Order: sequence, then structure tokens, then C-alpha cells
Amino acid sequence: MIQGIDYAAVAPPLILAAAALALLVADAFGVPRRVLGWASGGAFGAALVAVAALAFGDRRATFCVPGGLRGGGPASCSYVADDFTLVFQGVVLVAAVIVVLLSLGEITASRIPAGEYHFLLLCAVTGAVTLVAARDLVLLVVALETLSLPVFALVALRRYDGVASEAAVKLFLVSVVSSAVMLFGVSLVYGATGAMHLDRIAPALRSLPSDLDPVAGVGIMLVLAGFAFKIAAVPFHFWAPDVYQGAPLPVAAFLSVVSKAAGFAGLAIVLALGFPAYGHVWGPLVGIMAALTMTLGNLFALRQTTAIRLLAWSSVAQSGYMLAPLAAGDHRLGEAVAATTAYVALYAVMNLGAFAVVVGFRRRFEPAGEGTPPVDALDDYRGLGRRSPAAGAALAFFLICLAGLPPGVMGLFAKVVVFRATVAGGVTWLAVIMALNTVIGLVYYLRWAVRLYAAPTGHAYAAAVPGVPVRAAVAAAGAGAVVLSAAPQLVLQAVSSVT
Amino acid sequence: MTAIPLLGAVLLLLPAGRFLPGDAAVARYGAGVSGATLLVAVSAATAFDYGKASETQLGVNASWAPSIGLRFHLGADGISLPLIVLTALLTFLCFLYTMKHPPAGGQIRLLTGLLLVLEVGMLGTFTALDLVLFFVAFEIVLVPMYAIIAIWGGSDRSFAARKFILYTLLGSGLLLVGMLLVGVKAGTLDMTELAARHGAGLSRGVQITAFLLMGLGFAVKTPMWPLHTWLPDAHTEAPTVGSVLLAGALLKMGTYGIIRVALPAAPQGAAYWAPWLGLFAVIGIIYGALACLAQTDLKRMIAFSSVGHMGFVLLGIATLTPVGINAALFGNIAHGLITGLLFFVAGSVKDRYGTGDLREIGGGMLASSPRLAGTLTFAAVASLGLPGLAGFWGEMLALLGAYKPHAALPRTTFVVFMAVAALGAVLTAAYFLRLLAKITHGTPQPDAPAGVARISAYEYAAWTPLIAATLLVGLWPKTLLAVTTGPVRALFGGG
Repeated sequence: MIQGIDYAAVAPPLILAAAALALLVADAFGVPRRVLGWASGGAFGAALVAVAALAFGDRRATFCVPGGLRGGGPASCSYVADDFTLVFQGVVLVAAVIVVLLSLGEITASRIPAGEYHFLLLCAVTGAVTLVAARDLVLLVVALETLSLPVFALVALRRYDGVASEAAVKLFLVSVVSSAVMLFGVSLVYGATGAMHLDRIAPALRSLPSDLDPVAGVGIMLVLAGFAFKIAAVPFHFWAPDVYQGAPLPVAAFLSVVSKAAGFAGLAIVLALGFPAYGHVWGPLVGIMAALTMTLGNLFALRQTTAIRLLAWSSVAQSGYMLAPLAAGDHRLGEAVAATTAYVALYAVMNLGAFAVVVGFRRRFEPAGEGTPPVDALDDYRGLGRRSPAAGAALAFFLICLAGLPPGVMGLFAKVVVFRATVAGGVTWLAVIMALNTVIGLVYYLRWAVRLYAAPTGHAYAAAVPGVPVRAAVAAAGAGAVVLSAAPQLVLQAVSSVT
Repeated sequence: MTAIPLLGAVLLLLPAGRFLPGDAAVARYGAGVSGATLLVAVSAATAFDYGKASETQLGVNASWAPSIGLRFHLGADGISLPLIVLTALLTFLCFLYTMKHPPAGGQIRLLTGLLLVLEVGMLGTFTALDLVLFFVAFEIVLVPMYAIIAIWGGSDRSFAARKFILYTLLGSGLLLVGMLLVGVKAGTLDMTELAARHGAGLSRGVQITAFLLMGLGFAVKTPMWPLHTWLPDAHTEAPTVGSVLLAGALLKMGTYGIIRVALPAAPQGAAYWAPWLGLFAVIGIIYGALACLAQTDLKRMIAFSSVGHMGFVLLGIATLTPVGINAALFGNIAHGLITGLLFFVAGSVKDRYGTGDLREIGGGMLASSPRLAGTLTFAAVASLGLPGLAGFWGEMLALLGAYKPHAALPRTTFVVFMAVAALGAVLTAAYFLRLLAKITHGTPQPDAPAGVARISAYEYAAWTPLIAATLLVGLWPKTLLAVTTGPVRALFGGG
């Protein structure tokens, strides 16, 4: 049986996969580091162009069940490039370009092998781009693994560093366990419904015999748990701070933005397309998870003294906000998915911006020798706003955006959208918890932002200025944040067409 | 109208070297921009058709983000118009005052920018007719006010600033949930639309929850006892202009919000919570007065007096009658004028004596600096509600409203509230008279700063309009009541 493949639809992951292989080979032939970096950035750019081109066309789908085998069921395509897919692919790819920009300096400074780094990064993004387009459980799991496996290696690429290795092992164990849990869940769902394609699972679940009800319920819960690991939701969050701290910073940025965006996309796809009939089961579960995630994330973030751990816990807390709309269950699910998408997209800009400044300016605080206090303590940021006004203002702006206060109108709108969907879904209690959490969040964001303008104290630091790529990354994220703050409707409109 | 200060603030982002070098030029620029805003506000007030005060006029209504039903809807009616003019006036006076008396801490450029952004937020709140837009404007004021307190404040400023922003953010988070609850259940975010429906289409349970959430949000801002604790700290530490705007305009956003958003959108919720609101309002009145009697710091005392005055405003709202709401709106304006004036004078006193401590200032200000003492006396007696001045009518009408509350409310409770509030009014008189007795009368301390500086022209310029307005509104209360009565009646669905 021969099946036609719509190559245009799969162009973005295809470009990335080809580029990954090409880069690996090129590295073996000794192509210089700089060229590899630009090639990897170029590949992301090319994939982005493909996504943009697809955005003007109609919905495309491929790898469908052939007509003779459908048996009267729906078309059941495994790979669909609709608006939802393209929005997430766009977010993932733009974030990946920024990560590459941040990596260029880091690769040299941390003596990371460039060829492997870019190869792994491209592979991981291939997985992410495929994941958001996947519409059947097998492809979802495969894509998720394609996203996860390279990341362990990326985390461990600073081979001489024990902390990095420990982080990689931790991430590996957590990830393998979560994959196993998820696969078990998938098998239970398959056992109960006899289908792998989401558009077949949904009707099957709706008319499920009551004796299979617990099987499907447990299966759905296990799938949910598998995704919860990926997005670092409480109680599956504990890997995040250690891994963020151990990994090279650009990889931490990748984990907190690209990986998380893909995880949320997968979660939204599975819940909204596959399991809407069981909204009464997973809805309250997601609600409790969201409440715990934001509360614990914020409370732990309060106690952090290093920038990277603060960002790690704050990113856990932000996961809670993103989960909140989905707590509505199948009641106004479309609105909830749109809200989560909008929050993920806006969060990507602000969080990448904060990471970019930390990447660029952490290196300025490199201790002179052994025995000096740990790098990137929050106190090292004292006076950054006076020494380097642009970077200080940018970081302060990103932090205010993350806190969701004007002038960071973008963050405010992200919060408004999420609150609105949560209230619309009838989970007002969660919205109230979220309101309390924004206050806790403000405490630590503000504490950091105020330090930027406080009088500097402590040890001297090298006055090195970060390279052009990092500054370009900060500028790009800053420009994005300013534009979206002036016109947040750009994103809001884009995601509303999604559902 | 909001565009002018916004544009002005954005222009200030230009490099200092090329655009308006020097602090004096920036201060003049700020005064110019806010003056232009005031002119627009005044001309809006003249262009306003008072015959149709209950309708929204001079509005803009454009689609903003249609996907979530968000509209850019601005406009003014009889309820918001006086507050708009008050805000524009106070901001302008603050700039005038800053030209000659910049707060310690320099960075006038930054201060000017922040004050302009603050004005954008305040005017935006008073003109917004879309719930989300209202919320955005409500939030805009937080960061500038935080920065104003944290940069130019007194010795304990960072604590006070943090307390301010955390408290108010807590309030606005709950407010957002409440507003969205109304918006989602009613299917519209448009405030005029919601007001016209009088809560139709919202179940009683939803209204009660929504009013509680929104009420808490606004109560933090107002501030209502027991959510007021941020206010004395913020006022004491803030620089003069910060205190003036905080008391004069920012607090009004809370009571305005209750009247504009919470009452019309959830009338049944309002009826359910009104006795509680009244209770807390009365406790606030008594508490504020007693706290004032115990204060030794001039600014802290004025801050606590604000708690008491806002208690009267809340009591007026709690009666849910046109008389009460009118009283609340009147009290808002009167408090803005009088307390603004009091903080200006307190700032001048602090400048001259180097302290706000009543014991250290000592007595005899009438002898050493008669004009300053005279203005202080005027502001104090206006604040304690002397008939003929602005403060009187707000309190008087609020008590009158409490005597005859809305038919759905327990009358005996409110009559008790009225009696207690009247006692509070007496206490208010007591502490203001004690204040005057302490510092204006008596003989100057021997070690008082010799030759207290004369009052500058800029101080006069900042004070005179407030004094004049206090007299005007006090002697002809009809000027204000005529504007507000129409829309207030419309609020209750009557003609």
C-alpha cells in the first residue's frame, strides 16, 4: 500500500532533521565552530519561513488512514498543520533562534563541542515541532522522546562539570520514568478504546461501556502525569531547579521555553482532541495540579538567592498559570486552550528575555578564582541598571512583565486572558488562588528588579561586555516585549483563530 | 485627554542631552503637559451637556481585541467628570509645586515621567468604560507610585513602598476575578451595557460572589478598615507630591470603582453586603479618629484622617440610596481637595521645620509663620466638616442617607451606624482642634528654626485653587450635586 506524503506540510521538521544530519557530518569534516552556529540558526530560520508560508495556506494534513481502511470513521491524520500547530511551531522556532544566539558565546566559554551541541539542539527542536503537529498517540510519544533524549545529552555537554552530569542523570531518570508512565497510560487508553488516533479516541470514549470506565480514567490520568513531568508541574517538578542550575544556561532557557511550550501543546492536543469526554475526570485534577504548582513554585522562588534557581522556580509557578484554564474540563474548552496558548506565547518572549540578560551578564560576574562566592547570586545584580542601563532596563522590564504589571502590559494581558478563561470555565476558586499567587510572585520579581537599581556591593567583576549575539537576543526579546505591550491584541487575535 | 500625558511621558524617554537638558526645563515641561491636560479636562467640562449628565459623553469606542471582546471604550458622565477635573487639577498643582520645591532625591526627569504615567492611569480609570480597560488603567498607577515612594520617600521608604504595592496588587487580583466573573456571566465587558442591565442575567449567587471579590479589591484601594494598613506607611514615607496624589486622586479610584463597576453590575450582591460595608465604614470612621488622636506625626495623622473620611464615603455608598451615593461622590471630591491641600501644607511644614513630629514642631506657628498656620487652620477646619466648607456636605449627606437607607436594608442597623458615625465626626473635630492647639497656638519653642522661610509664590499657586474650590463647593454644593444627581438616579433605574 502506497501512501502519499504532503511534503509541504511536514517541511518544518524535515528541514530541521536534514540540517541536523548535515551539521553532524560537517562537524566531522572540521567545519569551524562559527559556521556551524550560523548554519544551525539558519536552519531554524528556514523552518520558520516554511511555517510562515504554511500559515497563508489552508489546513494541511498528512499520514492519514487510507480510504479503504477507515471503516466509516474520520480521516484520522497523524500529522496536521492547522493554525494551532503553526502558532506553536512559530513560537518554538523563534525561541530556538534566540537560544542559538545565546549559545554562540556559551559554547566557546564553556568548552562545549559545537557540532554535537547544534546537532542535539536541532534534533530536540525537530521533536518539538513534530509534537505540536501530532494527532495520534504513537506519534505524540515518539515526538516527545525525540524532544527529550537529546536534551539529556545537552545538559551533560559540560563534561568536566560534576554538577552538569548530576543534572543530566536526574533529568534522564525523571524523563524515562515519565515516559514509561505515559506509555502505560497510552496502552490503557488503547485497550479501552481500540484506537490510537485522537479523533477516533474521542467518540470511543464518549460511548465507552461502563466496565471500561475505570481503565480509561486511569489511562488518562497516567498520560496527564507523563506530560506533567515535561512541563514541571507539581508534584512532578522537583527536577527543574537542579537541572536548570546544572545545565549550560542556553539549555536551561531551552528547557523552560521550547520544551515547556511543546509539552503544553501536547497536553492541550491530548486533552482537547482526545479526551474531552473525560473532562470531569481530568479537569479537577488539572485544577489541583495548577493550584499546587503555582503556589509551591512561588513560595520556593521566594527563598532563592541565585538568579537561575529563581528563574527555575518562577518557571514552575508560571506553569501553574498556564495549566489553570485547562482546569475547566470540557466546559468551554476552546477558550481554555486559546488562553493557554496565548500565555505560552507571551511567556516565551518574557522568559527568554530574562534568560538572555542572565546569560549575557552572568559572565561578567565570573569569580576571579576559587573560593569566591557562587556566581550569579541575586546580589551580583545590584547596580546593573547603573552600569549598563540598557541591560538593566531590559531585565527590569522582563521581570515586571513576568509579574504582570503595567508597563509590562503584555504580562498583564497574559494574566487577564488566563483569568478570564478560568473564570469562564467555572473554576472561580482557582482564579482566587491565582490572584493571591500573583502577589507572591510580585515579591520576588520586584526584589530582583529593585536590586538592579540599588547601590552595588560585593566583589569586583570583569567588565567584559557580552558578545553581539547575546546583545542581539536581548534586543530582539526586548523589542518583542515592547511591541506586544503596546499591542497585545497581536497575539490574542492569532490564538483566537486557533480553536 | 489621556493621550497628552502619555505622549509627554514617552517623549521624556528621549536622551536627556538632546531633549530638555536640565532639571528646571523638565519641571517646566511637566507643568506644561499637565497644564494642557487640565485645559482639555476643563474644556471637556464646558463641552459637557449637563442636561444629559447621566449619559456617557465625549466618548471613544473602538474595537481593540475583538477575539476576547475587548473594546477601547472611553467616555465621561456626571459621575466621572468631577473626578477627572480633580485629577487633572491636582496633577497640575503637583507639577507647579515641584518646580520650586523638588523632593530630595533629585532625578526630576524620572519624577516627571512617573507623575505623567500616574496621571495616565488615573484619568484612564475614571474614563474607562470597558472592564478590562478599566483594570489596565487601575494597574498602571501601581509601578509609578511604588517608584515615587521608593525613590523619593522618607527613611523607611522601601518597606512602605513594598507594602503599598503588595496590598494593592492583592486587591486588584481579586478585583480582576470579580470583574471577569461578571463579564463572563453577563457576556459583555462594556460598563454602560452592564449598568443598563442592572444585574439582569446574573444569578444572585454570582452577584454576591462578584460583589465580594470586587468590593475587596476596591476596599484595599479606598482603603476600608481593616485593609487600610498600607495607607499610613505609604503616606508618611511618600514625598509631598506623592501623598497629594495618593490621597487626592488614587484613593478615589476605589470608591469610584464601587459606584461605577460593582454597584450597577451586581445590585443584589450590593444589597447583600451593604450592611457589612456600612459596618466596616463606621468602624473605619471611629478607628481613624481614635488613631488620629494618638498620632504624633503630622502626615501620619492626615493619613489616618483619610481612613475616617473614606469611611463616610463608604457609609454613603452602603446606604444604596441616591442621597447616599451623591454624598459619597461629594465626599470624594471634597476629600480630594481638602486632603490634597492638607498634604501640601504638611509638606511645606516639614520642609521648614525639618520634621513632621508634632512635639518637635512645638507651638506658636501662628506667631512665627502666620500665613502657613492660617492655611493649615483653614484646611483642618474644612476637613473636620465645618458648615460652609466642602467637607461638611459629604458627611452631612452620608449621615442623612444612613437615616433613611434603601428599602431592602435593615433600617435600625443603619440608624445605629448613623449615630456612631456622628460620634466619629465629633472625634474628628477633636483631633483636628488638638492638632491646631498643639502647633498653631501657644508660644514658639525657643529652639525653633529662626526665621521660618516665607511662603513662595509656587506654594501659593498650588494652594489657592484648592482653597477656592473648597469654598466654592462648600458654599454652593449645588454646582457639584447638579452634575452627579442625574447619573446617580439613572444608576438606580429611576428617572
